[in-house]
Amino acid sequence: MHTIQYQTVRFSLNGKDVERTVDVRASLTDMLRNEFRMTSVKKGCEVGECGACNVLIDGEAFNSCIYLAVWAEGKQVRTLEGLLGPNGELSDIQQAFVDEAAIQCGFCTPGFILTAVEILESGREYTDEELRKLLSGHLCRCTGYENILRAVKKTMLRRLGKES
Amino acid sequence: MYDIKALYQAKSVKDAVALRLAHPEAQIIAGGSDVLVQMREGKRAGAELISIQTLDEIRGVSQDEDGTLRIGSLTSFSHITRDPLIQKYINVLGEAVDQVGGPQIRNIGTIGGNTCNGVTSADSASTLFAWDAIVELTGPNGVRRQPIQEFYIRAGKVDIREGELQTALLIPRESWENCFGHYIKYAMRNAMDIATLGTSVNVRLSADRKTVERARAAFGVAGPVPLRAAHAEALAAGRPVSLELAEEFAQAVREDIHPRDSWRAAKDFRLHIAVESAKRAFIESVKLAGGDL
Repeated sequence: MHTIQYQTVRFSLNGKDVERTVDVRASLTDMLRNEFRMTSVKKGCEVGECGACNVLIDGEAFNSCIYLAVWAEGKQVRTLEGLLGPNGELSDIQQAFVDEAAIQCGFCTPGFILTAVEILESGREYTDEELRKLLSGHLCRCTGYENILRAVKKTMLRRLGKES
Repeated sequence: MYDIKALYQAKSVKDAVALRLAHPEAQIIAGGSDVLVQMREGKRAGAELISIQTLDEIRGVSQDEDGTLRIGSLTSFSHITRDPLIQKYINVLGEAVDQVGGPQIRNIGTIGGNTCNGVTSADSASTLFAWDAIVELTGPNGVRRQPIQEFYIRAGKVDIREGELQTALLIPRESWENCFGHYIKYAMRNAMDIATLGTSVNVRLSADRKTVERARAAFGVAGPVPLRAAHAEALAAGRPVSLELAEEFAQAVREDIHPRDSWRAAKDFRLHIAVESAKRAFIESVKLAGGDL
């Protein structure tokens, strides 16, 4: 009979210190959705191809489906939920996705937005070609990507004070 | 949930070696972008895993006293691309690994995992071959070093012995000094694709930049494991820099490689792009080295 192996993980989730005892077989997606109800973290392909489960770990984008939950120990994990203001206000990048109609079904959106956050937080200005490459780890089957690119680009320029 | 029989988390390299000896059947997992995907596919279902993911001691790029570049096996692709030492001495490696998968994969995937898989298409492997990288392995009897060409035994099989784990990839000074290189990944898409063929060329020119002192070329997916182009390299050594030489060098590659037909591409097509890529990468390398052609 197989005994389930558990481990306690302590980490920061959207700026709050948290602790859970999880089955070591759990992916970070499993833990974020099942233990913390972070349902912005989507289960898409579950093999690291589609980007729907993307989260930020210590500021870098990772597909949480191919990241073991126990590896989060001591890390700063951020999900889309962490971008909201105290009263549920949308952040600038979320609003830009709305304004640019960069959302249709919405399944890819949280993943895309967190990659956009990594891009924006670098504080750098990228060319369209660079942005396309930086966004290339996400699949969207609705929008055709152009509106997504536009939303990220507009927010980037706005944050750099170069709004056109 | 993954179908993991047991997970052993190493706390240090020493601990990882002890875990390897205690659980010889267990699979090492570093970034997990191959192992977990294979597990999901059912290939490694029910396996025991030794996780080395958190071993920061073998993460990062540094330079030894003799000038050797030391790339810790757990260094992620994105960190290699951004690293100032890599950019200064072997920029082509940063460019090559910047073509692996997509951004999130490059944040989790490690150069150690890329080479320990033993796959011919690994984007880091052809450049590591072309720059005579040394693989450092740590085991129960200490550290063992071997040239990367000897590390690859056959497709999917590398020379990692009982109790060992790969801890670094080394680029000796003799290998990077005054060398400039270029990598061409031929694939069907710009992202999230596996190379149909990978070509990595680098050159060292004479002081007046008119003669090729040394040219090195390595290919991925041109054989069951990455391989060097010995004929082409011998042909170019000591010859004056010219476009004719680039063409001859590229044609000579045909003698060195033996690609196969696969669902990704036909053998003839691979031969064709190998010659063309070798020529382009050679020309680009010469230009990077300050040569005129």
